[in-house]
Amino acid sequence: MHPSDIIIIGGGVTGTAIARELSRYKLSIVLLEKEAELAFGTSKSNSGIIHPGTQNPVNSLKGRLCVQGNKLTRKIAKELEVDFKQVGELIVIFKEEERIELLKIKKEAEALGVKELRMVDRAWLQKNEPNLNKDALAALYAPTAGIIAPYRWVYALAENAQKNGVNIRLNCQVKKIVKQKDYFEVHSNIETFSSRFVINAAGLYADEIAKMVGVSDIVIRPRKGEEFLLDKKKENLSNHLLFPLPNSKSKGILVIKTSDGNPMIGPTAQETEDKNDLSTSDEGLKKVIESTKKLIPSINQNDIIAYFAGLRPVAGDDFIIRHEEKVPGFINVAGIQSPGLTAAPAIALMVIGLLKKQGLKLPKKLLFHKHHPKNVHLFSFPFSRIPELIKRDPTYGDIVCRCEMVSAKEVRQAIKDGAKTLDGIKFRTRAQAGRCHGGFCTTRIMKILAEELNIPITKISKRGIGSENIKDARA
Amino acid sequence: MAAATAASYAGVKDILLIERDQYLGGILNQCIHTGFGLQYFKEDLTGPEFGERFIAKTEAITNIEVSLQSFVVKLTKDKVLSYLKPGKMVEVKAKALIMATGCRERTREMIHIAGTRPAGIFPAGLAQKLINIEGLLPGNEVVIIGSGDIGLIMARRFTLEGAKVKAVIEVQDKSRGLQRNIVQCLEDFDIPLYLKHRVAFIHGKDRVEKVTVENIENLERFDLKCDTVLISVGLIPENELIEMAGIKDVTVNNIPGLFVCGNAYKVYDLVDSVVRDSEKAGQSAAEYLRKLA
Repeated sequence: MHPSDIIIIGGGVTGTAIARELSRYKLSIVLLEKEAELAFGTSKSNSGIIHPGTQNPVNSLKGRLCVQGNKLTRKIAKELEVDFKQVGELIVIFKEEERIELLKIKKEAEALGVKELRMVDRAWLQKNEPNLNKDALAALYAPTAGIIAPYRWVYALAENAQKNGVNIRLNCQVKKIVKQKDYFEVHSNIETFSSRFVINAAGLYADEIAKMVGVSDIVIRPRKGEEFLLDKKKENLSNHLLFPLPNSKSKGILVIKTSDGNPMIGPTAQETEDKNDLSTSDEGLKKVIESTKKLIPSINQNDIIAYFAGLRPVAGDDFIIRHEEKVPGFINVAGIQSPGLTAAPAIALMVIGLLKKQGLKLPKKLLFHKHHPKNVHLFSFPFSRIPELIKRDPTYGDIVCRCEMVSAKEVRQAIKDGAKTLDGIKFRTRAQAGRCHGGFCTTRIMKILAEELNIPITKISKRGIGSENIKDARA
Repeated sequence: MAAATAASYAGVKDILLIERDQYLGGILNQCIHTGFGLQYFKEDLTGPEFGERFIAKTEAITNIEVSLQSFVVKLTKDKVLSYLKPGKMVEVKAKALIMATGCRERTREMIHIAGTRPAGIFPAGLAQKLINIEGLLPGNEVVIIGSGDIGLIMARRFTLEGAKVKAVIEVQDKSRGLQRNIVQCLEDFDIPLYLKHRVAFIHGKDRVEKVTVENIENLERFDLKCDTVLISVGLIPENELIEMAGIKDVTVNNIPGLFVCGNAYKVYDLVDSVVRDSEKAGQSAAEYLRKLA
């Protein structure tokens, strides 16, 4: 087989951001993802915060890329018509003696280039964040913090990269990498690919991929975070992203606004050995409720409609982004924990710099499609314009998911865009993500999936092979 | 249908019945067990049979217009409602409005069960729909959390379909379901009911593999291997629409001409009671309109 120029391993936000950026150039690019769909690893459980760049050490790579990524994300989100909302963040203190620490955070962030930071006092907080604990003394306000839907962001990046020629292969797990004289052979469960360059963006498994070419100093230690989503009815619980003072391991347990409207509370930070351990715990819930009640006392456990856990792919304190001198052509992008979602577009630029340095020519395509058509979501569509939408396509009026108001048209469009599983539909459209948890709509969505993909209904799965919903069909 | 027909019998001339599903009858269609209508019709009917009688009554009345696949997206306190249906959005202003929106199942998320989120965890009502309407068997080895009536009925249903129901786990000291269902659905099939126990953890990566059950008194734990978990931990009235119109509590309804009935008002054990309640709502709406005129 004719070798490609570049193979990217991993279809999370890092891999897809790199793919999209590289698709500007006349290169042949293949992206390999082991799961049934993109963003099914760490990216799917991201909270969706586009960080301003605070809470990072001054000389850290992640700090620099976060600040740069915050700017780039806005620009690319506009091009790809993904909703980005600048909501701002508040790091809140309750005691006078905490002020020194907060001022230190401000100073460090300013050194990294974070703009518009300012301290706000109790009066400001009571006016602008009415549900915040009245004992809050002051906060560091970072207006440039924002929110994005992490999976829809990944899908837009990937679909745009695809439009520009990137070949995305799913259910494709890399088993072995062989370095030949001037190219790599990448053996997977489905076929063997070859390329001049390999970019390892394999998230939790980046260490295992690196080991395949003899790089053994990268060790991924998963750090689990449990997150809890509240009913959309509580959308206005907070006006900003609310942070406590950070500790050494994480930014703490937060009150988060999300693009979908549901407030999110969490995450916890728990080391785990098991890269498959996505379980939530009674202790996690207790901790999150206790911690976030300190920020917003009215938070009520009964408002929780969903919860999940994600694993941060931690490799030491900072990102590891480097070309391996001992394995020319191999680039590791590992340890992309928080603020990885924010940094992804900046990581992509950095990787391109590394490729250039290794002698890869980057001739620009004459035509680069930088735009991605906006996906219509009834739940966020102006109410007065819904009739014209239904006129355009009558199936916008055919509601499948009642809790989140998702139409048959949106479900079918999601499948055309690449959804293959129930989770894929959920992440793209929000159908099944509401308060009834798919109790009413799952059957209908399964039927639409079976029809559009032309597969038997017994093959419809939650998130790929092994997670089929149905054991037996009685004709 | 009970409210619409009762309103018509009480003299209301122009009635619009809005149904979001593709057919009338709601959840009755998937309840193929018997026990419906013992009080109302003095007969032992299945859910679809019970529904059928009301569908016939409704269809016989020409001044009831039925609009299927119609999903209300907006309701104001002036009783103006907007609904979507394939091909159009319709806005209507009602002089009297009866909300018979039913209830939904409480979910695993609402009672917080720790563990993973693999395939194979179903609200009991969804499993019922898959088996009875679609002819699809969702699992072979089943543990049922909660002893609500739907869970009990589904214990029997899965058993009759050849699946093995390992246990029903109930955190309270007695079942939440009807006594007749305990006898006919569990005892007759030797399905164990663990009272004062809870499922402390759901295990499994892609598909459910097992659950850890905990005795809530002595905290002793044991595992049950299974590929399916059904959740049957009660029902809650579905009242998001009247909340949209500004009603926070269904028992404090301050919108004149708006009536809430059936399981949307409170969750009843029997369809017979739902129907009685809804007929009363239909009559009250007629009375209200008479006074308006």
